[in-house]
Amino acid sequence: MKLTGAEITIRCLQAEGVDHIFGYPGGAVLFIYDELCKQNKVKHILVRHEQAAVHAADGYARSSRKTGVALVTSGPGVTNAVTGIATAYMDSIPMVIISGQVPTYAIGLDAFQEVDTVGITRPCVKHNFLVKDITELATTIKKAFYIASTGRPGPVLVDIPKDISQQKTEFSYPDSVFMRSYDPIIKVSLEQVKKAAQLILGAKRPMIYAGGGVILSNASTQLINLVQIMGFPCTNTLMGLGGYPATDKFFVGMLGMHGTYEANMAMQDCDVLIAIGARFDDRVIGNPKHFSNNERKIVHIDIDPSSISKRVKVDVPIIGDISDVLDDLIRLLRIDKEKLDLIALRAWWTQINLWRERDCLKYDRASTIIKPQMVIERLYEITKGDAFITSDVGQHQMWAAQFYKFDKPRRWINSGGLGTMGFGLPAAMGVQFVNPGSTVACVTGEASIQMCIQELSTCKQYNLPLKIINLNNRYMGMVRQWQEFFHGNRYAESYMDALPDFVKLAESYGHVGMKIESPGDIESALREAFKLKNRLVFMDFITDQTENVFPMIPGGKGLSEMILV
Amino acid sequence: MRHIISLLIENEAGGLSRVAGLFSARGYNIESLTVAPTEDSTLSRMTIVTIGSDDVVEQIIKQLNKLIDVIKVLNLSDGDHIEYELMLVKIHVTDKNREVIKHTTDTFSGHIVDTTDISYTIKLTGTTSKLDTFINTIGHSSILETVRTGASGIGRGERTLKV
Repeated sequence: MKLTGAEITIRCLQAEGVDHIFGYPGGAVLFIYDELCKQNKVKHILVRHEQAAVHAADGYARSSRKTGVALVTSGPGVTNAVTGIATAYMDSIPMVIISGQVPTYAIGLDAFQEVDTVGITRPCVKHNFLVKDITELATTIKKAFYIASTGRPGPVLVDIPKDISQQKTEFSYPDSVFMRSYDPIIKVSLEQVKKAAQLILGAKRPMIYAGGGVILSNASTQLINLVQIMGFPCTNTLMGLGGYPATDKFFVGMLGMHGTYEANMAMQDCDVLIAIGARFDDRVIGNPKHFSNNERKIVHIDIDPSSISKRVKVDVPIIGDISDVLDDLIRLLRIDKEKLDLIALRAWWTQINLWRERDCLKYDRASTIIKPQMVIERLYEITKGDAFITSDVGQHQMWAAQFYKFDKPRRWINSGGLGTMGFGLPAAMGVQFVNPGSTVACVTGEASIQMCIQELSTCKQYNLPLKIINLNNRYMGMVRQWQEFFHGNRYAESYMDALPDFVKLAESYGHVGMKIESPGDIESALREAFKLKNRLVFMDFITDQTENVFPMIPGGKGLSEMILV
Repeated sequence: MRHIISLLIENEAGGLSRVAGLFSARGYNIESLTVAPTEDSTLSRMTIVTIGSDDVVEQIIKQLNKLIDVIKVLNLSDGDHIEYELMLVKIHVTDKNREVIKHTTDTFSGHIVDTTDISYTIKLTGTTSKLDTFINTIGHSSILETVRTGASGIGRGERTLKV
């Protein structure tokens, strides 16, 4: 039987097992929407802005093991989506974006709502397609899901002109695709793993540095095994939080620009570094020249060869899926474990524990003004460390990363690479859809939240009982902090003037609003909010305007050059 | 360091912009780029001449390999290879310089492919530096225009780049 391009699109999504897609209709996707409403397997979530559709699909993917799907129209639909696509690209999130395009015969004629979608998105997608022939539509969508979810994952966009969605052809969905130019299956080199094992067993001051790749590869169990067997200190990057349990004794905290003193010092001073699914980026190791002042051997495990020796030269690269590599590595390490210099390792831990005593995350707990760190600590206690936490970008993001101890992977959802303000709320929506019944909180600030505040309406429509923790310091806090440290206290345009009354704002969308102004009220307010299981609660915490995030490695400085509180 | 990179890419719309976009987005340098379909019309072959340190070129090759449409990448500079560039150059001729230009063209194994009373168009192939030398020998003042293809390269002997 012949189906239209629109019908084929929906049938493909059904065949991929897609249960939710996030989108916004428009002229070029009208046929697709018409088919969407004729079925109920794929549930469409109507957002209020295309950026939010992509962030929601992103949160959906990050908090599950599935591929997120977004659907937007041509022109402004796509350009609005670009921020979301770039966000997903920077963090390697599996996602398929379907965009409408003007009809093939109108392409290039500056048609209404025409934009060169493939051109605009090219630098921020893993791959993209423009479907010019309806007979290639089904295979193209199959390829999109395949590319998005394999290898180093990433967003893939399929641009479908309106006439293609209207034309008819025979439909059959391929079971698999073969692409001679793309083969994500990597056979791990056992030779390299052996070399790594040898290096690791000879370590006197070992360090395990694990990033978002561990989460993406679902390799948490293997990472835990590795750390527990060897007894090595382990740090996570911002993207890797939850990859190793934060409450475990071997965990030394997050590293990097706002990482703990002990994690950064151990990273700088170790003699053998095992980097797993992490990419030595500027927010992690700071200045690479300073990093290389200390001699160390580096084992780097990553699925993407281009991550190897990009910023830091490594000694033993191992290309492959982290789960596979760690299985092999652990097997080899177990055999020769007694070769490990336990005396040296004990001395190393003594040193690390001395660094820990520095208590780098301390803050004034007796303050009469709400300290944002305290809000996160109470949030952690009240949710028993088991909530899904999304965040926006800035100081609140760093405090959430520092003070919420993530013990499980895929619980910490934030825009690490692109640093997209406005990510938190729509991402939380996606998290809630794929984890119904779970506690989902969005830690945000009064600046970030206003970048996608319109999604409070989406939350109302679908009764999403999110808890929004707004750390309101009336500043773009991180901008203000940099201005204080590096720009002579000149707070150029970082003050958030003319703020709305967030309580009334929440209420006007049909939600519950709360304003909390005293440290003594933090806990009771949080308890009250989380008791409201079926309501979205917007909690506006009025926090200390002058609080800064410590430790801090200033831009261009090295790991051991932290500013401490 | 100058490197000459050869690659095979699916012969589909947008392939060139993916490669060119990668170079501009990551701040890599392109000295020249040539592209045309191969004997198998589903494949295009590109030759890219770039200048960069070994580290940068290693990254360029990894990043090129990462492009979904790219099938194979080879750094020709890693081994023995042959490279040729084609140049067409139009030269203003007078009674005074006519013979000299003919002679120089012969010396460089070039061919005069078009003539008028006042101009010669010369076809010349060779390495980039040979073509540069020809231009310097003729002298810039008598050159009306030049067009160059950029280098095309191929490995010597058994060294092949094939699917």
